[in-house]
Amino acid sequence: MEATITLHVDGEKRELTVDTRTTLLDALRDRLGNTSPKKGCDHGQCGSCTVLLEGRRVVSCLTFAVAHDGATVTTAAGLAGEDQLHPVARAFVDHDGFQCGYCTPGQVCSAVGMLEEAGADWPSHVTEDLRAPVTLDDAEIRERMSGNLCRCGAYVNIVAAIREASR
Amino acid sequence: MTSTLEPKSMGRPLTRVEGADKVTGRAPYAYEHPLSDPLYLHPVLSTIPHGRVTAVDTSGAEALPGVHTVLTPGNAERLADTEDREFAVLQSDEVSFHGQFVAAVVADTPETARQAAGLVKVDYERLSHDVVLTADHRGLYRPVEDADEGPSADTAQGDVEAALERAEVVVDHTYSTPTEHNNPMEPHTTTALWEEGTGHLTLYDSTQGVHVVRASVATVFGLDPERVRVVAPHVGGGFGSKGEAHAHNVLAAMAARALPGRPVKFALTRQQMFCLVGYRTPTIQRVRLGADRDGRLGAVSHDAVEQTSTIKEFTENSAMCSRWMYAAPHRRTTHRIAALDVPVNFWMRAPGECPGTYAAEAAMDELAHACGVDPVELRALNDPETDPQSGSPWSDRRLVQCLREGAERFGWHGRDPAPRSRREGDWLVGTGVASASYPHMFNPGSVAHVRHDGDGRYEVSIGAVDIGTGAWTSLTQIAADALGRPASDIRLRIGDTAFPSASVAGGSSGTSSWGTAIVAAARAFRDRHGDSPEPGAEASASAAEDTVDEGYSIYSFGAHFAEAWVNADTGEVRVPRMYGLFSIGRVVNPRTVRSQFLGGMVMGLSMALHEESYRDPRYGHIANGDFAEYHVPTNADVGDLRADWLDEEDPRATPMGSRGAGEIGIVGSPAAVANAVHHATGVRVRDLPITPDKLLR
Amino acid sequence: MKPFAYTRPAEAADAVAEVAANPDAAYIGGGTNLVDHMKLGIAEPTSLVDVRDLLSHRVEKLPDGRIRVGAAVPNSDLAAHPEIREHYPVLSQALLAGASGQLRNAATTGGNLLQRTRCVYFQNRAMPCNKREPGTGCAAIEGYGRYNAVLGASEHCVATHPSDMAVALTALGAQVRVLGPSGERTIDLPGLHRLPGDTPQRDTILEHGDLITAVDLPRLPLAARSAYRKVRDRASYAFALVSVAAALRVVDGTVEDVRVAFGGLAHAPWRAHRAEEELRGGPATEEAFRDAARAELADAETGPGNAFKVPMAVNTLAATLRDLSTEETS
Repeated sequence: MEATITLHVDGEKRELTVDTRTTLLDALRDRLGNTSPKKGCDHGQCGSCTVLLEGRRVVSCLTFAVAHDGATVTTAAGLAGEDQLHPVARAFVDHDGFQCGYCTPGQVCSAVGMLEEAGADWPSHVTEDLRAPVTLDDAEIRERMSGNLCRCGAYVNIVAAIREASR
Repeated sequence: MTSTLEPKSMGRPLTRVEGADKVTGRAPYAYEHPLSDPLYLHPVLSTIPHGRVTAVDTSGAEALPGVHTVLTPGNAERLADTEDREFAVLQSDEVSFHGQFVAAVVADTPETARQAAGLVKVDYERLSHDVVLTADHRGLYRPVEDADEGPSADTAQGDVEAALERAEVVVDHTYSTPTEHNNPMEPHTTTALWEEGTGHLTLYDSTQGVHVVRASVATVFGLDPERVRVVAPHVGGGFGSKGEAHAHNVLAAMAARALPGRPVKFALTRQQMFCLVGYRTPTIQRVRLGADRDGRLGAVSHDAVEQTSTIKEFTENSAMCSRWMYAAPHRRTTHRIAALDVPVNFWMRAPGECPGTYAAEAAMDELAHACGVDPVELRALNDPETDPQSGSPWSDRRLVQCLREGAERFGWHGRDPAPRSRREGDWLVGTGVASASYPHMFNPGSVAHVRHDGDGRYEVSIGAVDIGTGAWTSLTQIAADALGRPASDIRLRIGDTAFPSASVAGGSSGTSSWGTAIVAAARAFRDRHGDSPEPGAEASASAAEDTVDEGYSIYSFGAHFAEAWVNADTGEVRVPRMYGLFSIGRVVNPRTVRSQFLGGMVMGLSMALHEESYRDPRYGHIANGDFAEYHVPTNADVGDLRADWLDEEDPRATPMGSRGAGEIGIVGSPAAVANAVHHATGVRVRDLPITPDKLLR
Repeated sequence: MKPFAYTRPAEAADAVAEVAANPDAAYIGGGTNLVDHMKLGIAEPTSLVDVRDLLSHRVEKLPDGRIRVGAAVPNSDLAAHPEIREHYPVLSQALLAGASGQLRNAATTGGNLLQRTRCVYFQNRAMPCNKREPGTGCAAIEGYGRYNAVLGASEHCVATHPSDMAVALTALGAQVRVLGPSGERTIDLPGLHRLPGDTPQRDTILEHGDLITAVDLPRLPLAARSAYRKVRDRASYAFALVSVAAALRVVDGTVEDVRVAFGGLAHAPWRAHRAEEELRGGPATEEAFRDAARAELADAETGPGNAFKVPMAVNTLAATLRDLSTEETS
């Protein structure tokens, strides 16, 4: 069964016809040719497919595209202009916050979404006092970025990159 | 031995040349090359570990609109060469392991392909199976070794039994490590295109070696290698599992040949990766150390029991590390393997050295404890003057320096050696150390091509692959110094068989092997074209056969330190600090090399605490085969990790003065963590991983 | 995955009518569990009714002091809500201990309650599983047992419930509001989830067509001093081996009131009534905490893969109560 939907992807309005079974991730990659979000597990277990959906970070593999008619989606390719790097992405390059690069667009999107969440004073699993304002220290960054696996083990540099970008 | 290159670009921490493409996600991986009208393949995997396919009913799948073909053992093309039985895809009705390809659907969309694959009905005749390795397995044998190639299975010097008999202190324990899966973040993927008219096969592949895959695929299909092109500009990790072609390459190519003119995309699912692309064998290792009361070793014995598959033999040389690590007059190592009804095991980061060094260095910790000698000093005490295996002089053995300087920098001294002697609130705290070593690997035969673009700008081509190691950047730096130009004048081209032959990105050999070829090509260019070459001038050369000085034993070394916190109530383990100090010759790019070390250490931490593939004895499959249940560390599991190296160069290793960096980080780090957990708790866990249940009191 | 029709009705009653009329229809909210299962082929709805927009996204205070959480409130929003952080910290902590930031942004309150087990045999269609395919047997009992239940399991099923949030709600005694084909009703936790018995295919007492519309939190001053402790194989992004949700009030060294629920031990979030009874009115000591935990686990049945859960549960409950009582005296 098919449906025609509109997605606003990285600032561009895109109309497309999808199988109802097509996930948002596959719609981006297979239908729209936007391969910035990656498929690492396809089951919400690795975070490589993280995008910003209406500004919030989500895994795009566990949601059907048909459920997001009219939605705004931002991938790592659309965080900044064509020839520019978003400050978080720039910090990932400077701190070598990746090796193979496959989890990286998801890490970058996740970090951007996470910084918004922390800025809105959302707590995390390691927040000691739920009643106090959140301070984004290294332990907080690590916990909040734990939905993005990196098999190359670039975590130390990812934390350094985000620490810098958060200032 | 040749004189080393003067480092101008080498040694600088250049950021990755492909960095911007990777952080935006624009760098194309194997699935992502823009190709028109692709088809999608979804395979059907066997659900029994051993037996025969008796019937395949494809009618339901074929009836689905959008399905182009269903490949089965009955209709798949007959391959030209299936001597390597891993590649004998759909060639017979035999099932040799759970998860083997038994059919495949190619369809217009991934959704249709997947649905149709689920509609293929396969009947089996089950045969009895054997998937469980034990120390006394009846099928254990001494692995067959080609006399001309590779190390022997067993070694013996002196009289180990007698030496153990008279030793004042004996450590005799068995350590086990489980099946582990490489799990690079990018699943193994092949996009295959067969052009019938020209007879050209193109594979966009996720591989550690484009030329390696080309050679295998050409052989299997009986094609002229010149008509097979393999492209891999970016690869999402491999850790050994993409070091050779696997069955999926053959299946993708087979499907493409059945559907000429249309690219066929085949990305394995994460779950399928637990069946089809290699893994680290479980190991059962008995280590016996005999020493005097001061800890001086008289005997070292290391016996490894491992598995392989019935269709292809691969031996993990776990006991080999004990052949060169420490001095002892009496020594023995053995390897025994059993062929089980399991998938083909293969390389996983530092095959052999990684699990072997875990066992050996855990045993050394037990010896230090038994003798009351500081673990750092015990290792220094037993440091051999010359290679105990060959008697050759060391090219550059700096293990003791790594241990002692590492101890200073980590803050090792002042610890109470008694286990369970430090507590912080609800947490038991301990520290551990382990040595690391990794042989210098150099693959001859890589060829590089240099072309002068004009104005001092050069194009340098070699069919190497960057799997995340930083090859794009480090080879650019080597080329820059070899040509006497700044790195910005070098346009590197890699990741394509259109470029000259290059060896695999594996065994920490890539930079050494490819870099040497680039240096040779640059020298050939200068010899032919002088210092003022014309635009368009070009030259090719391969690395000299005598690159490595055979008169020396050439190894990298390192020392790992770890601090473990174990929750006294729950057994949860946290590792807030790890420190590694390494000796690897010259460091070509400090930024990317540090990342390699840290990544290896994270994977070592992961091996110590997390990774275990549980193979169900009844069904022969990996029960916990996905990222939810097969645990690798999350960001929160990794604390303050640091890696440094000694300032040095090793001209006997390569003309760059460098050795390899990719693997030594995972060698020894699991033992450092395990030893720290013992120091924290007094509990010696000898079967990895060290999960909370094993530490509960 | 089978093809399916997708609809997004405007009203809850329409959604209920649509699903009730079609035995192969299912609700979809955040999708983080259902889409996963559809890909694995263990859920095969032919019609998906999207209820994300028609259910409440609000957390509101009722006149009687209770808190009403709309079924579509995302897990992350609920965890971050000031009212929850202040008065029900156990719930915030439980939510934050589950999944990842991305998943919590998508997952809903109603969907979280209805998560299905993570049992690896349930998730693999090539394996026997009474929950997925009644009558085929249970592969988990003799298999990979690390996550298997130790309380309330049966010879037909040893699966555990994976939700952290539900454990906290069970300790709090929350009420689940349900709209069904025959109208509205309320289910008191822990009454929603059931033990497997000989019908493990049923996770809850809900009937086909029932739709969770909200969760009501009772006014419970005790909950202001509460905590969730989760023990898992890595520091984050992993399911519980054992978890504890607890609230405690100690007066003059005596336990005046206590609430305890366990996760990771059973087919349902496990309210530890027996332990609570042992504790109430007794001394707030480590030994008493341990005795109460042991009493709760007295009937535990274990195999080689999950025997550790008994001492782990005892230790974890004792540690959680110790921390809560220390916090109180300090």
